[in-house]
Amino acid sequence: MKLMGIINLDHELDQLNELTYFRAGAAVPFAGRYRLIDFALSNMMNAEVQDIALFVRRKYRSLLDHIGEGRPWDLDRKRGGLFILPPDWNDPTDISAGDLQHMHNNRDFFDRSTSDYVVHSGSHQVSKVDFCDLAEYHKQKGADVTVVYKKIDVLQPEHEPCFRVDIGEDGFVTGIHNEKDHHNVYLELFIMEKNLFMQQMEYCIAHGDSYFFRDAILRNPNGLKIAAYEYTGYHAVINSVESYYKNSLDLLDQEKYEQLFSKDMPIQTKIKYEAPTKYLEGADVKNSLVANGCRIAGEVDGSVLFRGVQVEKGAKVINSIIMQKCVIKAGAIVENVIMDKDVQLTENRNLVGDSRKPFVIAKRSII
Amino acid sequence: MKKKEMIAMLLAGGQGKRLMGLTKSLAKPAVYFGGTYRIIDFPLSNCTNSGIDTVGVLTQYEPLVLHSYIGVGSDWDMDRKNGGVFVLPPHERENGSSWYRGTADAISRNLKFIDQYDPEHLLVLSGDHVYKMDYEKLLAYHKEKNADCTISVINVTLEEASSFGMLNTHDDLRIYEFDEKPKHPKSTLASMGVYIFKWDLLRKYLVEDLQKPDSESAHDFGKDIVPKMLADGLSLFAYPFEGYWRDVGTIPSLWEANMDLLKDEPELDLNDPNWRIYTRNPNEPAQYIAPEAKLTNCMVNEGCKVYGEVDHSVLFYGVEVGEGSVITESVIMPEVKIGKNVRIHRAIVDQGKDIPDGTVIGEDREDPNEIVLINGDSSF
Repeated sequence: MKLMGIINLDHELDQLNELTYFRAGAAVPFAGRYRLIDFALSNMMNAEVQDIALFVRRKYRSLLDHIGEGRPWDLDRKRGGLFILPPDWNDPTDISAGDLQHMHNNRDFFDRSTSDYVVHSGSHQVSKVDFCDLAEYHKQKGADVTVVYKKIDVLQPEHEPCFRVDIGEDGFVTGIHNEKDHHNVYLELFIMEKNLFMQQMEYCIAHGDSYFFRDAILRNPNGLKIAAYEYTGYHAVINSVESYYKNSLDLLDQEKYEQLFSKDMPIQTKIKYEAPTKYLEGADVKNSLVANGCRIAGEVDGSVLFRGVQVEKGAKVINSIIMQKCVIKAGAIVENVIMDKDVQLTENRNLVGDSRKPFVIAKRSII
Repeated sequence: MKKKEMIAMLLAGGQGKRLMGLTKSLAKPAVYFGGTYRIIDFPLSNCTNSGIDTVGVLTQYEPLVLHSYIGVGSDWDMDRKNGGVFVLPPHERENGSSWYRGTADAISRNLKFIDQYDPEHLLVLSGDHVYKMDYEKLLAYHKEKNADCTISVINVTLEEASSFGMLNTHDDLRIYEFDEKPKHPKSTLASMGVYIFKWDLLRKYLVEDLQKPDSESAHDFGKDIVPKMLADGLSLFAYPFEGYWRDVGTIPSLWEANMDLLKDEPELDLNDPNWRIYTRNPNEPAQYIAPEAKLTNCMVNEGCKVYGEVDHSVLFYGVEVGEGSVITESVIMPEVKIGKNVRIHRAIVDQGKDIPDGTVIGEDREDPNEIVLINGDSSF
């Protein structure tokens, strides 16, 4: 069973303030050395999905830089591979809108592929759904569409905008809506047969629609049989500074870390060639995630350090997320802070945010 | 094939007998170093950083790891259309087959490979040493001196001299004698195993040497080719290299070179963005440091999980140090799992080893300076 993939960023909002002023949410760094898109790409790679379309609309410069021709995910293929598809179409008779525009204007991509099924994913919900298993389930159910959901016992603010799924006893979906206290959260993942997907796309465009999931699946004008696939593994919704901060620090919980980084489904990312991290005399690092190329002589507790971060003697980093190449000079203190790339915190400065409202420092600042 | 000014031949067939224990199933250039590298990363990255894009890697002893490690060379930016990295093991030919008989023989038997690029100069490298060197500067010196051969040398003490191939030179660094491991050294300039030859000249010497029976020639650069060139009055110059260079050919020297990296400002800076040491990255997640962990004076790679105490040590990728364990002055190779309440002192633990809970290694030894090697043969 051959799968092709869509990673659809069209409806994703750039809600992470300073972190998404100049980059798409999908390009936001996460977990010490990754970017959010890596998780969607790696899930596809792990399911041997070899034709992938990435629909981007804005702020995709850093995404292009990160992904390149897709080599880290083994997607630099002679046949198929990864296609980054920004909006560049000039058909004056084109009446499509929203994400349907991407689908319509890249019809060739779907036509050419020899795959039977299309898997659709976003980037700001991080999960490790096994798409092969999903496809099996879909076939076995004889469904037209299968949507993936997770039952979330304790709903968090970040789940609020997510769609919810009502499921009948036979495992088929009876309704999709946005009731805030409903526990079955839709993961923005669905699978359907390619031909059916194309048909539905044409139907939506003909009816002046602009959002495939809402117009073809949620409203279901053609009475598709929609199955629900329950996922129980690692899951994080990252759609605000608060949810980014909380889900980042949650990875210090070993169970979560093991779930996200399980060896059977490795996460790939663009390779950098930093040396291993150095802990110097006087370093005091506890309960933290640390990437390579760091140089630590101070105190780090409850934090995530990305590649090449320097923490000088007497400096303290507490409950913070420090991105690539930041320098925390001697005696400086950061607490409850998210520091974007290349920030320099000068000697003896204190930066303290609130644990519920972390302080975000924009890229390349000197403070 | 497009003509190249200089290409490199990297000798990587050595077993590294004195590293026995680590080199049972891999050649010495594939031995791990510095928390993430293999020794061969250093000469290969030096080539990349010096703008040399064509490298032949001569393999012989246990080549599987090296061959799959180098692959198409993309990690060193050597997956090129014109040039790139080529692994060259001995091969069968019309007149029979045999192993590479010496360093010079390995190159003589790949004349066809070199001739494709019709180079002016040939850089001959050894895959056994850890150092950062700009071969472009060496080439500039070689051309400035209009030398037939230039050999890179490093200053050693007179005591150390008797364990190296020494070069005796005139004041202008012109070489008049090659002295292999001399009892009474006359100079302090040790050969680093880095040579540049004028290719057309070297080619003649190699073809001549190839005809000689083994009783007359060891087919070796140091023993045969260089002395013959000197005897013929060719112009050979020494190029004084300044910087960190180590032959990590023994367990103690491998251990010591790893420990050198733990200094605050190590002589060998592995984090210089202008001179990256490229390596194959296993793409492991960020290292997890537990609340009860303690790390000082150490180097730790991605994929590690540390629950215990690590001091003056190097941890390669994917190492786990269990709760209550204390690792001091040790080198822990990739994917070693160290259980709880283990104590390891002054040891090298080879790749993939499981150390059971409560094990004590390296304490109570007769010679306190000895470095213990824990490998596949060690049992607890």
